[in-house]
Parts: sequence; C-alpha cells; structure tokens
Amino acid sequence: MEPTYHQTLDVKGAKCPMPLVKSRKAIGELPVGHILRVIATDRGSVADFQGWVKAAKNVELVAQETTAESGQELYVHYLRRTA
Amino acid sequence: MTTIETIEREEQTTSLLDRIAALEARVAELEAHPAQGIEDRLAMVVFSGDLDKTIAALIIATGAASLGMETSMFFTFWGLNAVKKQKVYSGKNLLEQGFTAMLPGGLGQMGLSQMNFFGAGAQIIRKLMRDHGVASVEELFDLARELGVRMVVCDMSRELLGVCDEELVTGLDHGGVATFLGDAARAKVTLFI
Repeated sequence: MEPTYHQTLDVKGAKCPMPLVKSRKAIGELPVGHILRVIATDRGSVADFQGWVKAAKNVELVAQETTAESGQELYVHYLRRTA
Repeated sequence: MTTIETIEREEQTTSLLDRIAALEARVAELEAHPAQGIEDRLAMVVFSGDLDKTIAALIIATGAASLGMETSMFFTFWGLNAVKKQKVYSGKNLLEQGFTAMLPGGLGQMGLSQMNFFGAGAQIIRKLMRDHGVASVEELFDLARELGVRMVVCDMSRELLGVCDEELVTGLDHGGVATFLGDAARAKVTLFI
C-alpha cells in the first residue's frame, strides 16, 4: 500500500549523487513531519537513501518500493522530515 | 550541628548547584549544535589532479554535504588543478612558467589518470557522463560550493608550483597541514584522494 505523502519530487534520469542532493534540498523546504515522495530511476538510490537516513538525524525512511513505468524500473522512496 | 558546619554545608550546596547549572548550559549548547559532533564531519585531501579522481572526490563531497555532514576538501599538489580558473604567466620565473604550461589550468583541461590518450579519453568520459545523465565535473564543483563544502588550498604547494592567486577561483580558504588536521581530528570520515 502506498503511504500518504505531501509532496513529490521527480528525479527520473538523474544519477548519483543528484537524487540525494535534490531530495535533501526538497525535504529541507518541507515542514517537520511531512512526507516527501521521491521517484528515481537510479538503481543505486535504493541503498543511497538507506545510507542517508543512517547518517542524517532529521529524516526517516518511511517506505521504499520498486514499480515499473513503460518498461522502466522506478524506485520510489518515502521520506519523513523529523526535525 | 554547629553554625560553622551549617555554613560549610550551604557553601557546598551552592557550589554543586553552580556546577549543575554550568553542565546544563553545556548540554544545551551541544544539543543546539549537533553538526559539531565528531560523526558529522568529512575531511578530504585532494592530492590528485586527474579528472576521474576529481569527479570521485566531488561526488563524495556533495553526497556528504547532502547528508548534512560538515565537509571540507583540502587541495594540495596536483589537486590544485581543480581550483584553478585560468593560467597566468606574468610575474613568474622560468620554472614556474614551465609548471604553468605543463599543468591543467582548471577542471576543463584535466586528463584521466588512465587511458587518457592525450586528452581523448577525458573527452570520451565527459561524453559518457553526459549521455548517462551524470552531472559534469563543473556542475559538481559548483554544487559542492553551493552546499557549503569548505575548500582549503594548501599554501605551501601553491607557492611551490608557482600558482598565483589570480589563477584560483574565489572564495577559497588558504592553510596548511594544521588546517586540514583541525578539520580531520573532528571528522569520522577522512579520505586521501
């Protein structure tokens, strides 16, 4: 089931480290407690976002899922700003 | 209990309360600046002046800064190539002019550490990065600055290689080994690239 989210960031086509850099910027602009949905095509982003929440203190990973859109794998991440 | 004993007890209590208050203030200060914690820093020495190694250094730096880590890059020796914006020959002696001629005058003139083939390899890597949607080395550099990565130039090697201030991009710090160690001593991640 898809978690509820407040905003979506499309980083399709962006490669390391851009999905991370853009998500970091986007989540900084959200109010605390809100959830950001990030849609990426970079396979490395799955482990990258797990690494991010390990290192950062103000964000938590709510869910991650892999879907497909016209034959392309999509990696969707749900992040909550906690502080 | 004698009066003297009572006074001594009161003094002890007061000094204990003062110490508690001082500790509380210290805890509050530390909590207010969590980024100062040892685990939140990355300190990097950029020694290489090759395009591929500079890309790796900049990707790690921008990634770390995005994670909220206080990031510093210390550019020394061939690493200075990355913070140059142009070549300047005037006011230099023959040896310094030779170094200036032989070394890249910025990110745009860098070669690969392997398979460079007189610059053709670097152009191919740049094309591959474009085709794959990877940010260019120039974009990564600008991004690092935007994200507040501290960039320090080793002043000793700058002088040694005859690099003048007019050749460097603006907004750099100048320092030496202690500048790097000052950042590195508080960093959990340190790299030499």
